Amino acid sequence: MAKNKNKVGSVVAHFWIYVFLILLAVLSILPFWIMLMNGTRSTPEINANALGLLPSKFLARNWEVISTKSFNAMTGFVNSMIISAGATVLSVYFSSMTAYAIVAYRWKFRRAFFTFIMAVLMIPSQIVSIGFYQMMYSFGLNNSFLPLIIPAIASPAVVFYMKQYMEPALPLEIVQAARIDGAGEFFTFNRIVIPIMKPAIATQAIFAFVQKWNELFIPSVLLTDTDKFTMPMMVSLLKGDIYKTEYGSVYLGLSLTVLPLFIVYFLLSKYIIAGVALGSVKG
Amino acid sequence: MKKKKGVSYAKWGYIFALPFCIAYLMFMIYPILYTFGIGFTNMTDKLQMQIAQEEMIGIETTKVELLDNVFENYEFVLSDPNFWGSLKNTVIIWGVNFVPQILLALLLAVWFTNGRNKIRGKGFFKVLFYMPNIITAATIAMLFTKLFDYNKGPVNDLLKMLGVIDKNIDFFTIEWTSKAIVAFVQFWMWYGYTMIILISGILGISPELFEAADIDGASGWQKFRYVTLPNLKTIMLFTLVTSMIGGMTMFDIPYMIGGSGGIRGNIRTASVYIFEMSFQGGKLYNRASAASMIMFVMIAVLAAVIFFLLRDKDEIAQHKIEKANEKAFKKALKEQKAKGGVQ
Repeated sequence: MAKNKNKVGSVVAHFWIYVFLILLAVLSILPFWIMLMNGTRSTPEINANALGLLPSKFLARNWEVISTKSFNAMTGFVNSMIISAGATVLSVYFSSMTAYAIVAYRWKFRRAFFTFIMAVLMIPSQIVSIGFYQMMYSFGLNNSFLPLIIPAIASPAVVFYMKQYMEPALPLEIVQAARIDGAGEFFTFNRIVIPIMKPAIATQAIFAFVQKWNELFIPSVLLTDTDKFTMPMMVSLLKGDIYKTEYGSVYLGLSLTVLPLFIVYFLLSKYIIAGVALGSVKG
Repeated sequence: MKKKKGVSYAKWGYIFALPFCIAYLMFMIYPILYTFGIGFTNMTDKLQMQIAQEEMIGIETTKVELLDNVFENYEFVLSDPNFWGSLKNTVIIWGVNFVPQILLALLLAVWFTNGRNKIRGKGFFKVLFYMPNIITAATIAMLFTKLFDYNKGPVNDLLKMLGVIDKNIDFFTIEWTSKAIVAFVQFWMWYGYTMIILISGILGISPELFEAADIDGASGWQKFRYVTLPNLKTIMLFTLVTSMIGGMTMFDIPYMIGGSGGIRGNIRTASVYIFEMSFQGGKLYNRASAASMIMFVMIAVLAAVIFFLLRDKDEIAQHKIEKANEKAFKKALKEQKAKGGVQ
């Protein structure tokens, strides 16, 4: 009898847990859903009721409005793509290299170097923005993508992750065997170490890419030319007065900025979530 | 053999670490020192323009120079009510977002790792809860400005439909609602992340501890209180400190939501304060540099905590490797340690 009662209680508890989880799931989806749906609705429709849960038929008109004004999704997409891809490649390659220096070689300052990397792990780039801006400005590199890409060579958080992954995953005997076979150090790194590091590189590449794609502070400091704007900076253009009454187009513009991320996320969500759980250090 | 390894390959360690060191020196260390220096000078945008103009006609009377009272910029920032206001806003918004965030994340993590009453669709829920974290914060901020809009906002329409209000609320002009919205967005974007971290923390606890508790007849609450919580201490502290640093540098959401005037004052965070001061309006690089350095000190203190948390973990890992490796390796490591102790 008591057991039975317990079971009923557990079923009821279970029911409420599901209700709660579904509510949270709705909370995750709803804002984006409203955004996508309102992107297809006209200004009068949104005027009448802004809470549109069903698509309407003004997508083409909204698209026309958005593509003839300052907001340019294509430019933003291409710019963000160049910056994010460039920075990601540099960040994962050179971070693996730095981690390899720590794991595979016994040099005098090895420990001190790794201690240093851990010490600066959490220093945000915003702190140095003024000195960084002045320096880039004096080189004439404002409105250039280089200052947004090249610094990715030094990514302490990625080095830390790579080192943690490499230590158990890379048997140094392999490196020694390669040496005996007469392989050069760079050859060993590029042809043997990098392939072993592939899972870690994939995980870190996703995070580096997304983080760079979403970055707002440093690009806002350096880029003033609208043609050079990144996707998140394009969003700020939607605040402008020319969109004041074009509600549908603003929602459509917002949808365009996140569409690539949705695609990436739903294709790779399994790896992304596993990566978060593993890494637990994000830059 | 041993000798060869120690002598001839060590230089490769330096070679492989070199690109990182050069890039870090150029793009981080130098700008920090530069920013630090600017904080003691009279450098503003106006002054730089004047210098450029004078250069064109060939005179050099205006210069970037140290202030007579080198701490003038620091004194200004530290007595600026806007600076203290922005720090206060940062702390309030962070706190209001973090407390419910960690509680909800903990609750979900416990549900999702509970072996007895299994929840179906865990993967599905995890994917949805984490999703907002990966979406551009600038877009999310803009989206929420639209959702909470005074005239044409879905939230106002929904509240009216449900009969909660009869007249539209202008959320962003009221101080507490505007702060609450920023805090909510932060909470909404980050609880999924925190949940995943805590789940991996709970899964890392030795299952034997839970089994032992089961045998002793511990209730669900007792297991949570006496097994899960104590073992999650480090990871929770880690989450707390990383979140604090993230909160200190919170920029995208308040910057994008905060329009002009009063709205911005209510949700201006420390990062927004620095951005406004250095890259908008008067472009007072010197004062903004002073503010950056003050923030740097605060973050450095927090980062030190993270450093000690991670260092412990790393030394344990190091120890394991030492044990597993061969004797030859051990000797080299000992040398390393003796040297490492001095540095």
